[in-house]
Amino acid sequence: MTTQASSAPVVKAAKTRTIRVRIKRCDGPAKAQRWETFKVPVGAGANVISVLQTIGANPVTVDGTPTTPVVWDSGCLEEVCGACTMVINGKTRQSCSCLMDVFCPNEGDEITLEPMSKFPIIRDLWVDRSRLFDSLKRVKAWVPIDGTYDLGAGPTEGPKQSELRYTLSTCMSCGCCLEACPQFNLETDEREWDTAFIGAHAISQARLFNDHGTGKQLKGDRLDALMGEGGVSDCGNAQNCVKVCPKEIPLTESIAAMGRATTFHAIARWFQSND
Amino acid sequence: MVMPNAQRVIVVGGGLAGLAATVRIAEQGLPVDLFSMVPVKRSHSVCAQGGINACNEVARQQGYSEYQHFDETIYGGDYLADQGPVLEMANWAPRVIDLLDRMGVPFNRTSEGRRDLRLFGGSLFKRTHFSGATTGQQLLYALDEQTRRYEAQGEVTKYESWEFLAPIMAGEGDDRRCVGIVAQDMRTMQIRSFRADAVIMATGGCGLVYGKSTNSVICTGGAASRCYQAGAWYANGEMIQVHPTAIPGADKCRLMSESARGEGGRVWVPRKQGDDRKPSDIPEGERWYFLEEKYPKYGNLVPRDIATREIFDVCVNQHMGVDGENQVYLDLTHMDPEYLTRKLGGILEIYEKFVGDDPRFTPMRIFPTVHYSMGGLWTQHTPGSYRPDTQHGDHQPGWQAPIGTEPGMGMQVGAPNNMMTNIKGLYAFGEVNFAYHGATRLGANALLSCIFDGLFCGQGVARYVKEHEPAEKPSTAMEASLFDSAASAEQTKADNLLATVGKGKESPETNPYVIGRELGEEMTAACTVVKTGERLGTCTSKLAELRERFERVRLGDAATWTNQSLSYTRSVGDMILLAQVIAKGSLERQESRGSHYRLDFPDRDDSRFLKTTIVEYHQGDADEHRLSWGDVDTSLVKPRPRTYGKVDAKADTKPDKEAEPASTT
Ligand SMILES: Cc1cc2nc3c(=O)[nH]c(=O)nc-3n(C[C@H](O)[C@H](O)[C@H](O)COP(=O)(O)OP(=O)(O)OC[C@H]3O[C@@H](n4cnc5c(N)ncnc54)[C@H](O)[C@@H]3O)c2cc1C
Ligand code: SF4
Ligand code: SF4
Ligand code: FES
Repeated sequence: MTTQASSAPVVKAAKTRTIRVRIKRCDGPAKAQRWETFKVPVGAGANVISVLQTIGANPVTVDGTPTTPVVWDSGCLEEVCGACTMVINGKTRQSCSCLMDVFCPNEGDEITLEPMSKFPIIRDLWVDRSRLFDSLKRVKAWVPIDGTYDLGAGPTEGPKQSELRYTLSTCMSCGCCLEACPQFNLETDEREWDTAFIGAHAISQARLFNDHGTGKQLKGDRLDALMGEGGVSDCGNAQNCVKVCPKEIPLTESIAAMGRATTFHAIARWFQSND
Repeated sequence: MVMPNAQRVIVVGGGLAGLAATVRIAEQGLPVDLFSMVPVKRSHSVCAQGGINACNEVARQQGYSEYQHFDETIYGGDYLADQGPVLEMANWAPRVIDLLDRMGVPFNRTSEGRRDLRLFGGSLFKRTHFSGATTGQQLLYALDEQTRRYEAQGEVTKYESWEFLAPIMAGEGDDRRCVGIVAQDMRTMQIRSFRADAVIMATGGCGLVYGKSTNSVICTGGAASRCYQAGAWYANGEMIQVHPTAIPGADKCRLMSESARGEGGRVWVPRKQGDDRKPSDIPEGERWYFLEEKYPKYGNLVPRDIATREIFDVCVNQHMGVDGENQVYLDLTHMDPEYLTRKLGGILEIYEKFVGDDPRFTPMRIFPTVHYSMGGLWTQHTPGSYRPDTQHGDHQPGWQAPIGTEPGMGMQVGAPNNMMTNIKGLYAFGEVNFAYHGATRLGANALLSCIFDGLFCGQGVARYVKEHEPAEKPSTAMEASLFDSAASAEQTKADNLLATVGKGKESPETNPYVIGRELGEEMTAACTVVKTGERLGTCTSKLAELRERFERVRLGDAATWTNQSLSYTRSVGDMILLAQVIAKGSLERQESRGSHYRLDFPDRDDSRFLKTTIVEYHQGDADEHRLSWGDVDTSLVKPRPRTYGKVDAKADTKPDKEAEPASTT
């Protein structure tokens, strides 16, 4: 949101029309994927969610074959929970904010929906992103407080600092940055998670907590994790992540900051071990 | 690791209430099993935008106090909330904020590095703390992180993508208590039982009963309904908040937070009916700022039920809506765009994203929509020892807090029955209970009540488990058959639903999605802004029809793996029952109070209805949803007319004596 003539999608009350929706479906893990196409009537304001709901109420493909309602993940429907992420027309994004008035404004327009490919499929468009949350454990993404009793306020911080932390903290663990990253690959074996590339999402979260007055107590542990196998040095600097992040989180800055911090940390550790 | 015989607590729901409870209880050394339909970080609390209320030093020096926060909450809720818990919540609020601050919530800061504050509805003081316009997200993440910390230590076990189906009860009469739950894995569809010494329901609201609302897709109220069907009482169901400012949409109505008005947003329509000029071309004098005109004191920041009814009146009765439609302007364009981005960025983006206009330059078009349920599972508490009626006389808002209002005086700290339902061992925290908001919730008080419940009442749960019945007979020592039969009962229900696939002819009559949609439309038409006995009568018959059709419901997916249709269909059945409870309360409460407005009974009637509606389920009875009236504790603040200084308020009502900030800067 910059100027009045911003690049915001121009959404004007579109006419009711029928669009074609191609969906890559899958009945479960280790099952083959297949494409199904649906014809769906849409009106003004429709989004991928309302399209999937319409299909769900009457699941019949374009050639008249009855099928099952499509399975997908969603929550807030206002692009703040991260649940509904999928690959739409080849690009990963949230489906709730994907408006038909922008993507399919005309009669007969087509849209394709696929599940993310870097996470194991549960069914249809729903994938299992546990690894994303697991990586938050890997970098101890929390402030180590002394319990929940009243001990007064937290550390004060200036507005600049709190705005930066706020920006980092709006990460909704959606996984777009991981889907787009050439270094981040599908890993179904949980035992490999701790050594596979951790990805921009958790690196940026490590920065968030290292930047907090109390959070920095665990800075060393976080940097240790990021220096290990699958840590920050595995990033190939392709910068895809920052381009797809819906929250415009400065991921490459975070990666650079954590890269520098791990270097300093390594030197400090080297000196310590040679004391 | 946990000993096999160790006591455990189950928390159902990982929103703010559930996570706060989880952390507090895990901290007491009790292992917690945390169930949620979605990864907890994606719970509905993430949607909350505007902020969280608490008395603070700046407001205090202008004459505000915890006591006034309490008073505002009671007045806002039209006296229907029991006063002890509310006083306790207001007293603890500043400490809740401090704790969140320590957890690292990036609250907006002043240039000196202190927490910034904004104005919110129902108060003349700045007492709302916020984190951009995504406060709920930031608070939820902070609690999610603390939960993860305990999870990493093995003290919390998460069951995400598990759906709660039923509580498990043991014993009879006075000994009857909740000792576990039945749940279903939404991926594998496995149904099984889990043992626990206490179960906390923190499953949020029921907006989906109305089809489209501001709520997330999982807010069906299904979990609350299942507890109700298992014998838990449901209270004040008719108290449903319709938020004045939302963006109507095809799949949901997105909220435009009250903070937009708190930061200076103004509501208006053109004075001339059908004026089709661009809003920017309509001069100031030809705009009707109807809220400011009618409520000079609170202006755009009257409580939600009032703003909603005024907007509704302007559009529906006077046909003065913008472009002749049901919409009014919410205007921020007179303000500095940079300031707006800093303070409201998150919500302005939502508008821009979903409507296409930039609200910093074009007034938003908004209309009221269903938002919050003040009613919920009935809960109890142990009152504190504070007795203001004898010691302090009539309190006037704005007075210094009387001596003795320190914590622990409204609700006893650590009492095992705090926020326990009528079923022993079964608790209800957060939006799913009825306790804090009476007949209308003030903006930015919900986040507070959720976290307060988790922390304050979580303490009582730990006491209950360690010192009461569960200590003598933990759930792990109970017969396996009890748990097995509960699980198989739920399995049978699921199997019966699955067996309907392909049976009979496909028809909208028995299509779960169609039934769900008709339910939403009916409830929105009959049970929201303006209710009448006659319309509620029709609604009652319609609900009976939907219920009958649901008996014949026909599922569209036979999958034994990740069957979302099964989960949805089951919740439609549960929502219909909850809708009946809401309609019943609406019909029987023959008065108008807070969010409940009866055109045929437009006045508040304290003599008959300063009472809680409590509904108890008696399956198969002619009077299936048995309603009784519970007393309301009004010992601290005596009911006064709730006019918010409206200029055409009836002459016989005494003017409010509301404290105003000492300085208006
Ligand atoms: C758009 C919006 C904006 C808001 N803004 C504000 C604000 O600014 N300030 C304010 O104070 N309040 C605000 N509110 C209200 C507030 O957000 C909610 O009341 C509050 O977040 C509810 O929290 P909760 O913990 O009770 O439940 P929720 O956050 O709704 O969480 C419910 C949990 O229960 C789980 N669950 C539900 N059913 C089941 C089941 N059957 N089995 C297993 N798990 C289940 C869910 O997975 C979820 O984890 C807003 C509400 C909305 C809709
Ligand atoms: S910059 Fe690094 S993390 Fe980002 S996409 Fe490239 S390789 Fe992946
Ligand atoms: S960093 Fe951005 S893209 Fe990555 S998970 Fe967070 S919000 Fe999504
Ligand atoms: S449903 Fe929450 S981001 Fe789309």
